[in-house]
Amino acid sequence: MSSHDFITPAKMARGLGSAKSGTETHIRQRVSAIALIFLVPWFVYSIINAMSGDIVDAQVWAAKPWNAILLILTAGAAFFHMRIGMQVVIEDYIAKTGTKSALLILNSFACIALFVTVALSVLKIWIGAGV
Amino acid sequence: MATTSRADPRPLSPHLQIWRFHITMAASITHRITGTALYFGSFLITAWIVALATNAEWYSVIESVISAWYGQVILFLWAVAVLYHFANGIRHLLWDGPHIGFDPKTASTVSVFIYLFAVFGAAAIFAATTLL
Repeated sequence: MSSHDFITPAKMARGLGSAKSGTETHIRQRVSAIALIFLVPWFVYSIINAMSGDIVDAQVWAAKPWNAILLILTAGAAFFHMRIGMQVVIEDYIAKTGTKSALLILNSFACIALFVTVALSVLKIWIGAGV
Repeated sequence: MATTSRADPRPLSPHLQIWRFHITMAASITHRITGTALYFGSFLITAWIVALATNAEWYSVIESVISAWYGQVILFLWAVAVLYHFANGIRHLLWDGPHIGFDPKTASTVSVFIYLFAVFGAAAIFAATTLL
């Protein structure tokens, strides 16, 4: 222990528990949940209305600035929340390190790709409408 | 954990078949199932928005899927999953933050209520829209 004389026992043990880390994930999942409490009711109401009309109605709806902003915010909060949720599910059920790592990476890629796809689609409609 | 035998034979967490069924346990499992379902449901919503932005032909294909019976079933289940995960998610926030609704009686009652809210709420949404 002579070389570790200045390191307290707590410092030696920190991060070696079964969880290693996770508090920030826990908090992020709840912060995004709070955002979704406001965004999801708007989204469900709007998307059903938008789907009820034809394509032009839906494009006019998505091109309105407030709708475009809320759509991108909803996508951001939802895909962020989804990514953490699926990460926890994978960590709980997949024991093999290789498979687990591959699925965790795939999950991150999928959620980020979906967000970029939705954001660009909304921007395209918004800019295309020339509002 | 490279080898199959455990070096340190610590007690394992009891598995599903050992737990007695309880409504709060079902509610917890349903939260995870609906969350996973919504994960894959978001792929479909993304497809809808992409079609809206790019291609009228794809959009009309998606429209015909939505109005078909299987599209309606998917939409209804999506609404149930959203409402369930939404309501149970708020409950999780109330548990974690102000510690509301934690005693067993309340937790059981609220679990039943959330199931009813999800199913009847989805039915109400369908009754209120012209999507059907």
